[in-house]
Amino acid sequence: MSFQERRALVSLGSSIVINAVYLAYMLPRQPAGDPYAPEVFRFWGEFFLILILVSIIIEIAVTILFSILNTIAMREAVPTITDERDRLIELKASRIGFYAFTIGFLLAMIALAMGMTPSTMFIIMMIGGVASQVVDHFSAFWFYRRGV
Amino acid sequence: MMDKITIDNNVRRLRFNNGEMTQQQLAEQVGVTRQTIVAIEQGKYTPSLELAFRLAVVFNVPLEEVFFLRPPP
Repeated sequence: MSFQERRALVSLGSSIVINAVYLAYMLPRQPAGDPYAPEVFRFWGEFFLILILVSIIIEIAVTILFSILNTIAMREAVPTITDERDRLIELKASRIGFYAFTIGFLLAMIALAMGMTPSTMFIIMMIGGVASQVVDHFSAFWFYRRGV
Repeated sequence: MMDKITIDNNVRRLRFNNGEMTQQQLAEQVGVTRQTIVAIEQGKYTPSLELAFRLAVVFNVPLEEVFFLRPPP
């Protein structure tokens, strides 16, 4: 398995763990009572802002840690350049991930249109975001493994 | 509808004919990662025209000696 394949798998695993832990930690802290109260929207605004910040910090930490451990375990230098194949795979994987996010976004809007609460809509949107990351990383792994 | 064409290459053979050049050495000369050279040799990646020409220049051979159409079965 190449460095890029291992990196894609590590990113896949870390995004699942980060989002699952964050969701499990934050969901019970939703404001109770009126589902349309301003506190609900404030909560979800903070929810996504903190998630973005935490994800970026942890992703950077995981990438650095992975590179160090990979160098020690595999005794091979980490590729320092991103070449045309890496960019093509990244582009294709991002496009597939974007489709997944679009489906999640549409489902969230359908939920809202059907009269479900804003919290339900935000949860569906969050799941769509996670699905998009998972599909993105898995697609990258797949393209590295099977060719592009 | 046009038939799918398969592009094959002689990169592995050309490497060995050029003083048993390693994949890493070739990768450094054309500006890609070693994994991309591996993918090209295994037929898992068809490079851009620019990279194809870079490979031909390194081996000092015409492009069609590096890449060629695999005859249909």
